Amino acid sequence: MWFAARSSGMVAILLMTATILLGILGPLRVGSASWPRFALAGLHRNISLLTLALLLVHVVTVAADDYVPITFADAVIPFGSRYQPFWLGLGAVSFDILLALIITSLLRPRINLRLWKGIHWLAYLSWPIALAHGIGAGTDAYSPIGLVTAAVSIVSVLVAVPIRIARRDRPPIDSAPPKPAPATKPVAAARPAPEPVRLPGEFSTRTR
Amino acid sequence: MAKIPQAEAGQFLRVNPIACVARGMCAELLPEQVKLDEWGYPILKGDPLPPQLVAHARRAIAECPTLALRSDPTPRG
Repeated sequence: MWFAARSSGMVAILLMTATILLGILGPLRVGSASWPRFALAGLHRNISLLTLALLLVHVVTVAADDYVPITFADAVIPFGSRYQPFWLGLGAVSFDILLALIITSLLRPRINLRLWKGIHWLAYLSWPIALAHGIGAGTDAYSPIGLVTAAVSIVSVLVAVPIRIARRDRPPIDSAPPKPAPATKPVAAARPAPEPVRLPGEFSTRTR
Repeated sequence: MAKIPQAEAGQFLRVNPIACVARGMCAELLPEQVKLDEWGYPILKGDPLPPQLVAHARRAIAECPTLALRSDPTPRG
């Protein structure tokens, strides 16, 4: 039980790191024929849900285990625990943020997009808090495997997030060279051009 | 929670060209109805949605990063 509690926490932080990295790929417009963007987006979504599942295992095993006096309420209500209230409180804060992120993302087509985006930026707050919780409350944070887990997470995020900040989410047209001006045609007809007849199945550039 | 109308067969796809940021998700998920121009912006086929594409259209609408894709009962133009 205590083994499950600790390992699920470690796997959760690794999955959380993977989620952040995959999420960063979206605005950077990473994608190829074999890894289309919607697949990367789906992976981001599924790994985030997997993170939630691991966190539920983490919470249940920690609360059910008799080794430490931690209750289920401590998972969502920060800084009220009898055992290491500060470090456990960080875990609860991070968990609450993650729940908000996942709930708003599942409802994304139905809620205000700006609200979703604002909440989604909190991911960058949830991750370091979760890591601090692991280092502060983890009983094997300084074991080899704990150090490797923390190092992998920290290094990858510290590399990726500055890239995300440096490269704003801009359509490629903003950085494209200007097109050469089209050759001007002499105005021949004074009467307006007839409406083009579009056959069914033909693509049209008109948007309205 | 606002009830959003789901895409139905026979409706027409519309794109909000101001909200669109040319992420290209719609053309990946619904190539039958959406092409991309040379800058990555969508060009929609003006046909009504056939029933077999409705599920794909709903997914494309939901996955659009700026929710710029919509389904509308009236055709464009």
